[in-house]
Parts: sequence; C-alpha cells; structure tokens
Amino acid sequence: MCLGIPGQISEITDPALMLAKVSVAGVKREINLACVVDEAHPVESCVGDWVLVHVGFAMSRIDADEAARTLEILDELGELNEQREAMQESMELNT
Amino acid sequence: MKFVDDFRDTQRAMELKKAIHHLAAQLPDRGRPLQLMEFCGGHTHTIFRYTIEQMLPDNIEMVHGPGCPVCVLPMERVDICVELAKRPEVMLCTFGDAMRVPGHHGSLMQAKAAGADVRMVYSPLDALTLARNNPEREVVFFALGFETTAPSSALTVLLAEAQQVRNFSMICNHITTAPTIRAVLDAPDVLVDGFLAPGHVSMVIGTHPYDFITRDYGRPLVVTGFEPIDILQSIWMLLQQFVEGRCEVENQYARVVADDGNPQAIAAMEKVFEPLVATELRGLGTLDKAGQRIRDNYAHYDAEKRFEPQIAAFEPVPCGQCGSVVRGVMKPWQCTEFGTSCKPETPIGALMVSSEGACAAYYNYGDLQELLGRRDATANKQAEAPA
Repeated sequence: MCLGIPGQISEITDPALMLAKVSVAGVKREINLACVVDEAHPVESCVGDWVLVHVGFAMSRIDADEAARTLEILDELGELNEQREAMQESMELNT
Repeated sequence: MKFVDDFRDTQRAMELKKAIHHLAAQLPDRGRPLQLMEFCGGHTHTIFRYTIEQMLPDNIEMVHGPGCPVCVLPMERVDICVELAKRPEVMLCTFGDAMRVPGHHGSLMQAKAAGADVRMVYSPLDALTLARNNPEREVVFFALGFETTAPSSALTVLLAEAQQVRNFSMICNHITTAPTIRAVLDAPDVLVDGFLAPGHVSMVIGTHPYDFITRDYGRPLVVTGFEPIDILQSIWMLLQQFVEGRCEVENQYARVVADDGNPQAIAAMEKVFEPLVATELRGLGTLDKAGQRIRDNYAHYDAEKRFEPQIAAFEPVPCGQCGSVVRGVMKPWQCTEFGTSCKPETPIGALMVSSEGACAAYYNYGDLQELLGRRDATANKQAEAPA
C-alpha cells in the first residue's frame, strides 16, 4: 500500500466526481482523479495520461518512461501481482 | 534474489558502487559504521530484493526504519476492528495486509474465519460502494497508512458526505511520517546518521516537512525513489554530504516529487483529519502528533465515535525486541523469536506480517540457517563473557 502503481487513463466516467477508467496492471477499474486535476489540467484532458495510483486514487502524473520502469520494478518485487489480485478480488466483491 | 548483474542499468550500478566505496574511504573513522536509515518499507523490500547491502563497504550500514504502517499498528487498534466486525450489522472492510495483523483476540482474518463479515478491499472507494449497495448494513472501513493512503481516506469521507452515504464510517489509524522520524531520532539508543526518505510519501507531502531533521537534529536526508539505482544514488548523495560537511534535505526523486508535494492531497487531509496529541505506535511508544483523527465536522464518519467499541485493556506486551528492530538498534535475526516461533505464516510481531516489514524481508531473502547460526553464536559468546 506504500508503493503507487502506474496506470493509464482510458476514459472519463464521471467528470463531476472526477472518476475515470484506468488500466492498472492489466485490470481496468475506476480511479478517482481529484488529486491530479486543476485549472491547468482539467479532468477532460486526462485521457491517455499515465498516473501513479495509490489505493484507487491517482496521486501524481508521470511520463510513459517512468511508468514503464516503475511497472518493471513492481513486477520484480512481486507487488504488481499482489495489487492485481487485490483489485480483482475487490471488484468481484462489489459485483 | 536478484543480484547487481540483473539491474536494468548494470553499468550505472557499478559506477555508483565504485563512487560509494570511494567516498566511504574518505569518511573519518568513527569507531562504528555510518548508519543510514531507509524509513520506508518499500525501500527495505528493494534493498533486500537486489542485495544492495552486500554492495556497500564495511563502514556503511543500512538500518531498516518503521515506515510500514501495519508493522507499527498497536494490537488494541486491531482489537477495536475485531470487536466491531463481530457485530451483526457491521461489514468491516480493509486492505489485505491489515487483515493479518494479530490483535489480542486474533486477527481480522481469524474473525472472518469465525463468521464475522470482513472484506478485503483494494481501495476505500470500494468500501464506499459496498455501503451504497448494502444500505441495511453498516460498512466500516479500517483506514491505515502514512500519507500515501491518507488522502484517499480523506477524499472518500468527502465523497460519502457529498453523496449522503450515511451507513459508511472509518476506524482511522493514519499516521504521519515526519513525527515518526522524530520519534526515531528522540529514542536514546538510536545511532542513525542519515536518512533515505520515502519517495511516494514525499510525492504527497513534498520535501519541506523534513527540514527539521537537518535543522534541529543535524542529520542529512535524501528523498529517494524505489528503484535499486535510486537507492544507490541516494546513498552516494548522502555520503557526499558527509564528506563535504553538508547537512541538507536533497531530492533524488525529483522526477516524481515536487518540493511542495501534491496540494490537492494535502488540502483533503487537512480538511478531514487533525493530529492526535498522543498516538501509541508499536516499538516507538507514545508519539506526539503522529496519529490522525477525523475532525468533529465529519464525526458521523468516525466509527469509534458512532459505535463506541468496547475493548479489554491489556498491559502493553513488553516485546522490547520488536521495538529495538523498529528503531534500528537490533537486527531482525538477533531476536530470539525470529524464524523459530515468529514466521510470516505465524507472525508474533507485526514486522513479520507485511512483506515490507524488516523481519519478513530478512526471512524471505536472507539465508535463514546462516542467520540463525549467527544468532546462536552471538548468544553463546555473550553467555561465556564475564558479567
């Protein structure tokens, strides 16, 4: 839970609540963008952005290279799998 | 286990290793190794995974800090969760790691096995969705973590209020990084000379909350990313400070961490949480302003206020060994329980619970037989020594 995981924003699902579909470690789930949007970077302009996701919230915008390197390290640390499983289990629970 | 040959950038790693050895040779002899503490459990994991300690010269020692939120969680906090989870109307949700932490009456995982409705969630948002979908139940989220997860909890409370979800609340156990580092520095037996500060926490809070460490305690600090190359580079930056006689907060992870942090996240935390005067943390004792509670404006979302959980009082268990490990004055393998009665599958101390805990890291990546042999040899030597 201390390490963020990179995800790419694929679509805005609720602009008012700042929610978006983000592809994180191969899992598509809804993420909150409240911490990465401001006047200079409104929610509509976020599609395609890479963000670091902490427990369902985007906490920072990062570039694609940084995202790729971070994903590789998380994979080697076993964190990617752990978080992917947590996301999947959590999604099943909610459906 | 990964070795330096497996680094993505082997050449860069070897250059840094050489530069670290070069600087370490210029350090004055202080009669003991220079101790550098990586505060964050994520860093601890990387250091073990890539055998970074083996690359360092003998006069540099890494000390593994308390930056693992489940590791410093007092048993009483788990007791509160277990008590609430047993109530028929309550659906208790938390992160996977938190489910395994032992309380006086077992862990949340054990409560679940005994029939309590305990759910593992990935995000507090998922707990809020459960509340929306189950209006007849009381959904209680056990919120914990440093500033990487605290903004998420704060924003979820704000979202619950905006959506008028009234059957949702939290047991708040968020803690803040800077006061926890202060507690390490205030402990009488601590020898730490410099710090690697957590990258993703700093992405949220920025670099300024660490200024007191250089100013008041004279210890240099480098905000560090969690790739092996980042860690080597930060060790090198710290050594440069020692050799040049500087003491500054430096930012190795500037590609992700802005000096001012994330303003939206900071604002959300400040809106919903306020510091507690006293917070008990395992191994560190009672800390001033380290813990966070939900402000009275949002009292409806504070599960402890709403449900007033009743737990039995226990004398604090004098597990001095966990505390010594957390403060970095004892190595995990020196503990008499390590690897014998305390293992990842049957943890006694919380440092064995999370993969980010120092004890679990030693257990998973170290040579267990060698470590236990070393412990017994040290114990025998001490037994033979005249009192």
